[in-house]
Amino acid sequence: MTDFKELTYVDFKSDQLVKWCPGCGDHAILNSVQKAMADLGYKKEDVAVISGIGCSSRFPYYMDTYGFHTIHGRGAAIASGVKVANPKLSVWHITGDGDALAIGGNHFIHAVRRNIDMNVILFNNQIYGLTKGQYSPTSKRGFVSKTSPFGTVESPFRPAELCMGARGHFFARCIDNDLKHQVVVMKDAAAHKGTSVVEVLQNCVIFNDKTHEAVTAKAFRADRTIYLEQGKPMVFGTDSNKGLRLNGLALEVVTIGENGITEKDLLVHDATCSNTALHLMLAEMEYPNFPVALGVIRAVEAPVYDQALAQQIVDVQEQAKIKSFNDLVMSGDVWDVE
Amino acid sequence: MSLKTKVIDKDNVVVRFSGDSGDGMQLTGTLFSQTTAIYGNDISTFPDYPSEIRAPQGTISGVSGFQVHFGKKEVFTPGDYCDVLVAMNPAALKANSKWMKPGGTIIIDIDAFDEKNLLKAGYKTDDPISEDLLNDFHIVRAPITSLTKESLKDIGLDNKSILRSKNMLALGLVYWMFDRPLIHTQHYINKKFKKNKIIVEANLKVLEDGYNYGGNIQAITPSYLVLPASIPKGKYRNLGGNTAVAWGLIAASQKSGLELFLGSYPITPATEILQELSARKDLGVKVFQAEDEIAGICTALGASFAGDLAVTTTSGPGLALKGEAIGLAVMAELPIVIVNVQRGGPSTGLPTKTEQSDLMQALFGRNGESPAVVVAASTPTNCFDYAFYAAKIAVEHMTPVILLTDGFLANGTQPWLIPDLNNWPQIVVPVADSKTKDWHPYLRDAEKLARTWAIPGTPNLQHRLGGLEKSYSSGAISHDAANHQLMCETRKEKVQRVANYIPDLELMGDVNAELLVVGWGGTYGHLYTALDELATEGISIALAHFNYINPLPKNSYQLLKNYEKIVVCELNLGQFADYLRMQFPDVNTTRYNKVQGAPFTVEELKTHFKSLLAK
Repeated sequence: MTDFKELTYVDFKSDQLVKWCPGCGDHAILNSVQKAMADLGYKKEDVAVISGIGCSSRFPYYMDTYGFHTIHGRGAAIASGVKVANPKLSVWHITGDGDALAIGGNHFIHAVRRNIDMNVILFNNQIYGLTKGQYSPTSKRGFVSKTSPFGTVESPFRPAELCMGARGHFFARCIDNDLKHQVVVMKDAAAHKGTSVVEVLQNCVIFNDKTHEAVTAKAFRADRTIYLEQGKPMVFGTDSNKGLRLNGLALEVVTIGENGITEKDLLVHDATCSNTALHLMLAEMEYPNFPVALGVIRAVEAPVYDQALAQQIVDVQEQAKIKSFNDLVMSGDVWDVE
Repeated sequence: MSLKTKVIDKDNVVVRFSGDSGDGMQLTGTLFSQTTAIYGNDISTFPDYPSEIRAPQGTISGVSGFQVHFGKKEVFTPGDYCDVLVAMNPAALKANSKWMKPGGTIIIDIDAFDEKNLLKAGYKTDDPISEDLLNDFHIVRAPITSLTKESLKDIGLDNKSILRSKNMLALGLVYWMFDRPLIHTQHYINKKFKKNKIIVEANLKVLEDGYNYGGNIQAITPSYLVLPASIPKGKYRNLGGNTAVAWGLIAASQKSGLELFLGSYPITPATEILQELSARKDLGVKVFQAEDEIAGICTALGASFAGDLAVTTTSGPGLALKGEAIGLAVMAELPIVIVNVQRGGPSTGLPTKTEQSDLMQALFGRNGESPAVVVAASTPTNCFDYAFYAAKIAVEHMTPVILLTDGFLANGTQPWLIPDLNNWPQIVVPVADSKTKDWHPYLRDAEKLARTWAIPGTPNLQHRLGGLEKSYSSGAISHDAANHQLMCETRKEKVQRVANYIPDLELMGDVNAELLVVGWGGTYGHLYTALDELATEGISIALAHFNYINPLPKNSYQLLKNYEKIVVCELNLGQFADYLRMQFPDVNTTRYNKVQGAPFTVEELKTHFKSLLAK
């Protein structure tokens, strides 16, 4: 037996002072990721946390794991290289709405498409915080900011649509002020093999305060969100009496007990269904017409890039005629000069 | 008694195969090169093809050529002017006739010289030979197309497939002219088309018929005698610059014990390196074809962070896109090799043509004080050596290294004396030791100033790297003003100290000569040949050719300052000359520059050097 000591979330904290603003949603995400890693029994040395640029991307400095704070938008590409080089590492890519969806949009969709086994934690606060308040690719149309003083004239991305449009196999959403649920989602993301995208609705207390408040505030969260759970009927509401059902090709909010509706009429969540249609409809639900979907919306098994590449190397090597550098240079036309 | 009317005895010969880009000239040239190399000649080859895959048929822009220079003496360039030109159509003749040596031989497929093709090639009369003033050359008007048709009329192939074999007829004819055996090409045909017997049969028959045709018309075809060269003993193979880079990196992977990772994106003329390494899964190479140039280097940098020997390959425009990530490698002090196969620029420029105009970009094309090691290969085969040493420096000094090659080196081939890796140096990886007291990621080696490399997965060495400035003494983020200056100076000094680990510059030619010629990278063959030919004319010059650009060899200044007359020759508008001026302000140089998408010719170099000596 080794004298292996189980780590707690505190063990994953580095000696660096956390410098996010007081009240920033990032603090909670840091705590939940550390808690998830401790719960999963991770060893600190087997974790690599990779980030781009932005407030969220300071994350690696606060983790007592291997970490790399890289350049704007490129974290997904660098994390891809880390994972392919050493598939044994648990790779976490920390990013924001600007980092992942604007400057890094190309790397984001391709990482998702390849299905590299890593966890992409996307902090969505709908604002550029580190540059002090410009609109981002997830800011709502008409949003007023320093670079849109008269309101934006462009439509935002929905990260879930982008993820599934890029043939993503795992998408989850959680909110920064529900730590317990966040930890569950992080652990699900970690357990999934492939690129797990977790969108965290995160509050920027300085430049975009309360942007998610209408949905995430404790007072009305139960009525304005729905926590999806695998195999469970889609029920929500303070009294757990509201639900979702399909009406034709559209989702509909219904009340149990009204018009003869029972729990049996409600949709049952299946994140493992390979068809994206229902997952997209759930992910696209917005307040006030619908509750905002939280939890693991999609989790479908699919071939994983880093495993496939490693396996291909093994397969090729079994069949290969060239087994060494010498075999390589002696292959083809070689002649002697005597 | 020999029936041959004319046998030309030569020390070396340049042959150019030229035709439409669909005529198979690259293959024809490659096969001829292999045979003549195996025969024992020293050779150098260069393909020249349009950037369009199939440019309009019959036009000059669609001409594809392959040139081979071989001899009984050492050969350093693919040659400027041709002794023998094979022109499969009027456009090929038009494009190449000005590159003929006086008294050379031109073989034309007379069947292709019809009115339509003459017009497409831009000839104004029906007599292209007179029009291009070629009457003093040996013109062999061979009916290559109709001979091929006749040869294969009973074989059961359609007309289109039959015509595809006409390059083998031309090849057979050239083999006869040089008295080279068909056996190696026959082996190739048998192997290449083994799944299609009729194609094997067709190509073998046409090849032999071409050879016999040479014998039958010998009265009008000169033949050439080029004896084997005396070159060092050993096992040889042909090797081109791009493959040489790929293999040098594989060798470095073996000598360092690190797994090789390539992150790259296809770009002319560097793509072959990506392709070759993609095929080397048999040797465990991990290749990641990225979504763009930036992701190419970023995945590689991630792999470097994770402990692999990391490489990205590109050409000029791609290097521009990689600049920010190279800066991150400078800051994080992670080893990475960036291979830049230079082509004509700026912007998309001349994608298939050679140039040396990315030197300043390699040296300085990044934000901030961002020093990187810059190394340049100078022959197709020493791309192997410099890829190896680029990797060795990157790993041992924990720094990005930019390896410059160019389109000329990348596509050229030479015979390569196959090395024994046992005789190559070990690459010592500066792995961090978790038992080191007060270890932190920026703890440095006192001599090299290289930091140690803590590979993720190693217990107790968890650390954070990043693009933000780090404290010299702890490796944590630091915005301290004095610390930033110390770190900038340390990173610069670290790169400068690489000079302690590279060979001194050695002058070639006559060191006491009045004129010192300076070159770097891919111009070596032409510069050296000019020096060599001038020596036979009794004219002495000295040559300083640089492979290590940043840092320069330690004795560079000592050597340069002895000369009053220096000419820096490069395929750009004077970037290395400018760089030398920065380094050694009191060394006066003149410049000889060319930006025509083509190498220097030995002839123009000699003329220029003579004019300098006359001053």
